[in-house]
Amino acid sequence: MFFWVIQRDLLLAIRRRSDVLTTLFFFVIVVSLFPLSVGPEMNMLRTMAPGIVWVAALLASMLSLGRLFSNDYMDGTLEQMLLSPQSLSVLVLGKALAHWLVTGVPLVLMAPILGIQYDLPMDALFVLTISLLLGTPVLSLIGAIGAALTLGLRGGGVLISLLVLPLYIPVLIFGSGAVEANMAGVGHDAHLSLLGAFLLVSLVFAPWAAASSLRVSME
Amino acid sequence: MLHGVNLTCVRGDRRLFKEVNFTLEAGGLMQVNGPNGSGKTSLLRILCGLTSPAFGKITWRGETVRALDGQYYRDLTYIGHLTGTKDDLTALENLRISSALSGVQVTEKQARDALAHMGLVGRELLPAKVLSQGQRRRVALARLLVCNTTLWILDEPLAALDVAAVKLIQDLLEQHLQEGGMVVMTTHQDIDIAAVSTVQLQLA
Repeated sequence: MFFWVIQRDLLLAIRRRSDVLTTLFFFVIVVSLFPLSVGPEMNMLRTMAPGIVWVAALLASMLSLGRLFSNDYMDGTLEQMLLSPQSLSVLVLGKALAHWLVTGVPLVLMAPILGIQYDLPMDALFVLTISLLLGTPVLSLIGAIGAALTLGLRGGGVLISLLVLPLYIPVLIFGSGAVEANMAGVGHDAHLSLLGAFLLVSLVFAPWAAASSLRVSME
Repeated sequence: MLHGVNLTCVRGDRRLFKEVNFTLEAGGLMQVNGPNGSGKTSLLRILCGLTSPAFGKITWRGETVRALDGQYYRDLTYIGHLTGTKDDLTALENLRISSALSGVQVTEKQARDALAHMGLVGRELLPAKVLSQGQRRRVALARLLVCNTTLWILDEPLAALDVAAVKLIQDLLEQHLQEGGMVVMTTHQDIDIAAVSTVQLQLA
């Protein structure tokens, strides 16, 4: 059933490609605006790069969070998920994973190409990609909690960013920190290990928390 | 086997109904009647465990629904106002995926047969957004043919259906009841469904 949920969400994403592409283009454009506006000063761009790419990834991933449950809520699929013999947490995990495959993975793949604009060295580009690979699933998982809490509320879109962005801060710090540490030559292992720890913790707790919030929102 | 004791539903600061009691045996049909806004849908959602009642409890085979959780949902099929039909998926995909979510794996052959039975031959591969309201409801109701659950809870299953489809659903319900199934439904249409026992529940 877990795989049915993923398969279904991917199928829906393929049928509605525009939703996926807007997120990706948003990311590409935001990241590309900075070198254009700041000017071609290599040293400054290099120091700014990790922060900018990470903030853009955060915003891009949040852009699509509103749709995570709201479509299913409006057409009644969510009710059916609550009535499934399968545990709701597992279904939520499936949805969060599908959200990551659709919005997170394209960002991870795009990041090294965008990093070239900032004149990042090869191994920094590599660390940036790995940090995004570990960090973006955390964004989808934590985002699922926010999406579940704001389900069906008016103005939920703004509320979700107020709820979720503060929770994203640790991921942002260690994600961009990994790249900075690599460029400073002090080693990035600690940062990446912490990101991995965030991922494991949120894999265990976020689906459960989101499922409980969904039950409350559906009452 | 399905037993409701002293159910009371409060929405906001309005009490919709109080002290509703009923017992539904195998082969039994319960028709929930009442004017618009009298709490029919709320009662059905309470029976499914989607909402908790303000007071009272529901038992299924002697155990409270809340305690059973997954086990109860293996026996239950609920089709509400919102049918859970996805606009971007075809009728066939909709049926197969919604069945899979409720824990029943349906082969493509079975799904095609069920849709054909509901009079949707040639519409299987159309996206649901181009189907009419009645056809979408037929797609949703096709799930009843492939699920093998005992208890069916149907909220206005006949809305938007034409005469032929109403007859089809009536036959389907009668067959289910004969085989010892149970049906709880609301409808504003005048139909007579033959059942071993019929409970008419009137909400004020």
